[in-house]
Amino acid sequence: MIQSHAKQKLFHKSMVHFGLITGGILMCFPFFWMILTSLKSPSEVLDVNHWFPREKTYLSAQAGSDPVQVEILEEGVKVRVREILSGKIHQVEPDQIQKKTFLWSNYATAWNKVKPSFSRYFVNSAVIAIVTTFGQVLTSILAAYAFVFFQFPFRNLLFIVFLATMMVPQEMILIPNYLILSELGWIDTYMALIIPWLAGVFGIFMLRQFFMQLPMELFDAAMIDGCSKFGFLFRILIPLSIPPILTISIFTFLGSWNSLLWPLIVTNSQHMRTIQVGISYFSQAEGTEWELLMAASTFCILPLIIFYLFAQRYFVQGEAASGLKG
Amino acid sequence: MRDRNDYSAFFYVFPAALILLVFHIFPVIYSFLLSIFRGSLKNPMRHFIGIENYLELAADIEFWKAMVNTVYFAVGSVPVGIFIALFVALLLNQKLKGLGIYRTIYYLPVITSIAAVALVWKWLFEKNSGFFNQILKMVGITPSGWLQESKGIFQVMVESVGGSLPDILHGPSVALCCIIVMSVWKSLGYNVVIFLAGLQNIPRHLYEAAEIDGASKFQQFRNVTWPLLGPTTFFVFIMSTITSFQVFVQVFMMTPFGGPERSTSVVVFYLYEKAFKTFEFGYASAMAYVLFIIIFGLTILQKKFVGDKVHYGT
Repeated sequence: MIQSHAKQKLFHKSMVHFGLITGGILMCFPFFWMILTSLKSPSEVLDVNHWFPREKTYLSAQAGSDPVQVEILEEGVKVRVREILSGKIHQVEPDQIQKKTFLWSNYATAWNKVKPSFSRYFVNSAVIAIVTTFGQVLTSILAAYAFVFFQFPFRNLLFIVFLATMMVPQEMILIPNYLILSELGWIDTYMALIIPWLAGVFGIFMLRQFFMQLPMELFDAAMIDGCSKFGFLFRILIPLSIPPILTISIFTFLGSWNSLLWPLIVTNSQHMRTIQVGISYFSQAEGTEWELLMAASTFCILPLIIFYLFAQRYFVQGEAASGLKG
Repeated sequence: MRDRNDYSAFFYVFPAALILLVFHIFPVIYSFLLSIFRGSLKNPMRHFIGIENYLELAADIEFWKAMVNTVYFAVGSVPVGIFIALFVALLLNQKLKGLGIYRTIYYLPVITSIAAVALVWKWLFEKNSGFFNQILKMVGITPSGWLQESKGIFQVMVESVGGSLPDILHGPSVALCCIIVMSVWKSLGYNVVIFLAGLQNIPRHLYEAAEIDGASKFQQFRNVTWPLLGPTTFFVFIMSTITSFQVFVQVFMMTPFGGPERSTSVVVFYLYEKAFKTFEFGYASAMAYVLFIIIFGLTILQKKFVGDKVHYGT
């Protein structure tokens, strides 16, 4: 009886694992296919009979040009090869022949295929995301501090007005903000990409919740000991609030890094493009060169995945904050 | 000392208040003003035209098409998304080895850039050598045009058994369904996490009591989990509906021109085209307002029924 119960439990557990693993494979498959495609040659991308890149023969680069894919006709002291694309036949030295399976060079090609290059887009995205995150965290801390530890006229009204902005979808404010920023002459500058996002209600709301859980005596004691209000904020409150601050930072950073619509609208020049805008233009320009598009997607996604694996703890805390209060 | 008004508070609130007022609150009013005026790019508020933009909108077939597509998108993605997320959350809500790894994997699409992954899905659905058509060719089924297929999904299903449907029952185009599949995949992890938080808040002793009473696993789900999870499910339902009314990036990346016969043109996509391709700011603002009212209504519904029980994260 007991044994059959244990058996049943084991069976149940393995079914659960089976389900989760199958689902996990489905979830990961697009990433797998992306990386696989990014390492193929153009002809392999179109080849529907083989999923994995195979060994290919290349004639090593003549000065200034890319290696050409060839087919070996005759081996000997000299090797007779035929170019796959043009059909030209060459007699070459054996050491000019290269064998490659994975075309890592697709990454470099994709990286430099856009103007100026993906380096610039990465720098833009990084600058925007870092400044936005830093600014938004700072304004959120200051505002939440005032809402919790200070008494002032219109405090509750102001907080409700702040909260109300949560109900305003981004699409609603696109056009007015575009006009405001044109009026200010900020279109196509970092200002347009950063300044409207220097404050966010999510951060204020989360920090306010966190501050309210702290004992008020902390504040009173600090005041009695002669700590200034500014000093209390920076020497006591912020050090106590590192976990929620990190959580807010991560979500703000991701939101900024991943946004497409806003930077798409307020930038025109190639130099101001972010990665997301860059990749959308790249896909429209190179619509059929899938190995390059997938290489670009990979280096666009990979930093986020690495970042996520390292900072997972704080993601989990953010997730907990989004759950039920009970 | 905290009972007296302290005006230095304004110094602390000021930076956030300034940004929010200028770029998030004032635009709500400005947008409305834009919607009742007509003008040019340089001077968008030249002529007062009242509700003319709204009337024009009500008669715009293309707008209605976008609205229907948006509703298709919501109806197609929300219930399916909730069902799968709940299922995965139930599997994950047990003492298992490797739980952390599973959670990581299911959450992965949530954190990745939607523009980049939309491109990956565009490739999976590609007509000639995309993955899905490779599979179809392998098993000997006629490949589909996927993102280039404007035929309604129900029509395709019925046609495959030799029937035909009246136009109105054709359903969302195959192209739109591809975008729905991608969107469900993208947001699954987020919903799973919220369901997990909800499941973990259900007191254990209720299950113990049910087990003693001889309730089967299914009965436990039916009579304990499902009712107690109600607020969470409702929260996820409304939040997903709101997000699906705002869908844009995956449509823009996968079908840059609104798909075959405009069958993937959703409201925000149409709004984007009107505002930033043809620069009809007034008309686009009217559209933004209609969208705002729909989303606002959903938010109120959410606040009213779930309100304090749930806190919205990201």
